[in-house]
Amino acid sequence: MPAVAAPTRLLEMYETMQLVRLFEEAAERQYKAARIGGYCHLSSGQEAMTVGTVEALQPDDLLVTGYRCHGFALARGSSPQSVMAELFGRRDGCAHGRGGSMHLLDVDRGYYGGWGIVAGQLPVATGMALSLVRRDVPQAVLCELGDGAINMGAWHESLNLAAVWNLPVVFLVVNNRYGMGTSVDRASAEPDLFKRASAFRIKGERVDGDDLDAVIEAAGGLLEEARAERRPAVLEAVTYRFRGHSVADAGLAYRSREEIEERKKLDPLLRTREQLLARGTDEAEIEAAERNAADAVAGAVEFAESNPAPELDRLAAGVYAPGSDAQFERMQPGSPIGERELVFDAGLGQ
Amino acid sequence: MSAASTADPAVAAPATAGSETMTYREALRLAMRQEMERDERVFLMGEEVGVFDGSYKVSAGLLEDFGPDRVRDTPISEEGFVGAGVGAAMLGERPIVEIMTINFLLVAMDQVVNHAAKIGAMFGGEVRCPLVIRTPNGAGNQLTAQHSQSFDGWFAGTPGLKVVAPATPADAKGLLKAAIRDDDPVLVIENLPIYKEKGEVDLDPEAVTPIGLAAVAREGSDLTIVSHSFATVRALRVAEKLAAERDVSVEVVDLRSLRPLDVETVAASVAKTNRVLCVEEGWPSYGVTAELAARVQAACFDDLDAPVERLGMAEVPLPYAKELELAAMPTEDRVEAAALRTLELA
Repeated sequence: MPAVAAPTRLLEMYETMQLVRLFEEAAERQYKAARIGGYCHLSSGQEAMTVGTVEALQPDDLLVTGYRCHGFALARGSSPQSVMAELFGRRDGCAHGRGGSMHLLDVDRGYYGGWGIVAGQLPVATGMALSLVRRDVPQAVLCELGDGAINMGAWHESLNLAAVWNLPVVFLVVNNRYGMGTSVDRASAEPDLFKRASAFRIKGERVDGDDLDAVIEAAGGLLEEARAERRPAVLEAVTYRFRGHSVADAGLAYRSREEIEERKKLDPLLRTREQLLARGTDEAEIEAAERNAADAVAGAVEFAESNPAPELDRLAAGVYAPGSDAQFERMQPGSPIGERELVFDAGLGQ
Repeated sequence: MSAASTADPAVAAPATAGSETMTYREALRLAMRQEMERDERVFLMGEEVGVFDGSYKVSAGLLEDFGPDRVRDTPISEEGFVGAGVGAAMLGERPIVEIMTINFLLVAMDQVVNHAAKIGAMFGGEVRCPLVIRTPNGAGNQLTAQHSQSFDGWFAGTPGLKVVAPATPADAKGLLKAAIRDDDPVLVIENLPIYKEKGEVDLDPEAVTPIGLAAVAREGSDLTIVSHSFATVRALRVAEKLAAERDVSVEVVDLRSLRPLDVETVAASVAKTNRVLCVEEGWPSYGVTAELAARVQAACFDDLDAPVERLGMAEVPLPYAKELELAAMPTEDRVEAAALRTLELA
C-alpha cells in the first residue's frame, strides 16, 4: 500500500484536480464557441496522474511535456488566467499568444513546454538532464509522453543516451490506452510498456494512474533516485481519457460507449473525493474546494475574454533574440512584398 | 530557477595579437578552444569528436585539454544528441553539436526545424535556444548520392535559424565564434574540400566575423559572382583566370551568412558591375541562388544589363563514377563558362 497523503494536502490536490477537470470542460465549451482555435487536447480523466506526478516534483525540478498539457501547467502552479489566455491567443497568455494549447510553458516554475511533435520533447528533456549533471545541480527532469510516443525513434535514442550518460530524467509514459485512435496493443509489440525500459537496463515501473497516492509514491521514488543516483527511469501511468484525442474527435470510432462508461466509474475525482471523506475531511470543506476551483476557471475565462489580442506590429517578436535586428538590416533590399512591414519592422530580433 | 545564468561571463583581456597562417580546420579548432576557455557554458558533443579526434580532425586535441564532459563523444544518435543540445541550450548552456556531414543532419531534421528553430517564437520569447550545429557540406570525393549533398538552402529557408557558411580560415574562426556567442540557434556549414585550405587568421580571441555581413572577396568591375562556401573558392580561381586570359574584371561577393542574407552588399556590387552570376554547390532549384536571383532582380532591376544567372549542382543524385561526378558538379570550367555567358562573351 502506498503512503497516504495528509488530509489537508489531499484536499489541496483534490482542488487542483477539480481545477483541471473544470478547466478542460470550459476549454471545450470555448472551443465550440470558436474562441479557441487550432488543436485542443483535453485530459479529463487523467487528473490523478497529472496532479500526482507534479506533486512528486521539487520546486527546482524541471518539467517537459507533450501537447496534452493544460493540466500539467495548472498543476505546476501556472495561473489559470495565463493558460486560458494562451488558449484564446491573447496578449497575456503564457506564450503571449504564440503557442496556443500545445505550447504552454512557465519558465519560472521550471516548466519548459508543451511540445507538439510526438516524442520530440524526449531528446530535449534528455539535454536538460545533461545540463543538470554538467552544472552539478541536484535536480531531476520529468518528461511526459503518451503511449503513442514510445514507438518513435526519439524514444530509443533518448533513453539510450540518458542511460549511457547516467542522466536524471524520468520518462513518464501516460498510457491512456489509445494513441489517437490506435490502441496500445495494435501499436506496441510489447504492450506492457514499462518493460521496454529493460532494453536500456534502467528501471521501469507501472502504476495505476488513477490512484493519486500510488502515483505520488511511484513518481516520487523514481525522481528521488534520479536526483540522488543520476539514473533515468520509466514510469508507466495507466489511465484513461474520457474525451476524444482532441475536441474534434468524438472518441467513439475506436472504443465503445460502454467502455467509456465503465471507465468513468473509476473517475479519479470520485476516488479522491471518497478518500477525503474516508480520511475525515468535512463535506463542507470539499464543497468549498470545488467552489474555489469553479471560481478560478470562471475567472480565467473572464480574464481571457477581456485580454487584448497580441499586437500585430510585433508579429516577428521572439523569432530571433533581442539584439539580432542589426544582423538582419542588410537583408532588406529586394524583399518580397510585405516582408519589411510584417517582419523587419514588426519586432524581428528585438 | 536552477537554469544557468544567461549573462555573458567576464571577458578576459586578449593575451595574443597578430595573425597566423593555418588551415580552415585549425581555425575552427582555434575558435572552439578560445570560446571554451572564455565561457564555461560552451561544450562540444558529437560522434567521434573526442577519443577519435574528430572524423575530419577538427576537434583534434580538445578532449585532452578540456576533458570528456566538455568534449563529449556520442553514440550514433543524431536526433537524440541534437535534441540534447536543444535542451541544454534552453537552460542557458552553449552547446556545439558536430554532425559528421550535413547528410546526417537529415535524421535530426525534426529537432533542428521543429524544435530549435521554433523555441524563441513559439514560446513567446520566454526562452531561447543558443545552440550551434557544425557540419560540413560538399561533394567531389566519389562519396556518391547519400554523402555528397549541400542542403544550405533548406536550412536558410527556415525562420528561427541562422545559417553561416565560411569560405576562408579567417571566417571559419570568426563566424564560429560569432555563432557560439549568438543567442539563437546557428547552423555553421563547413566544407569538406576547404578543411585543408590555408589562410591568415587573426589570433585575437575577441575578433569575430559579424553574422549577416557579406564580404567582397575580390574587387572587380565587369561581373559580380555571388557565392558562399566552396563555390567562393572556385569563383576566386575563375576570377583570376578570366583576368589573366580574357582581361575581364570579376568581383566576388562571399555571402558568409545565408540567413540573415546580406543583399545590400550584393546589390551594391551589382549596381557597379550590372551583371551577376550566382553560384552554389547545392542544387539550384529552390536553392540559395534561387533566393538570390529573386532578391537581386527586385533590388537591382534598373541596374541589370543581363538576366541574373545561376549555377549549381546538376539536379541528379550524385553518381559514383569520377567522370559522372565531375560532370554534375559546378566545376571551375562550368563557372567560367557561366561567367562568360553572363558577360555575353561566350
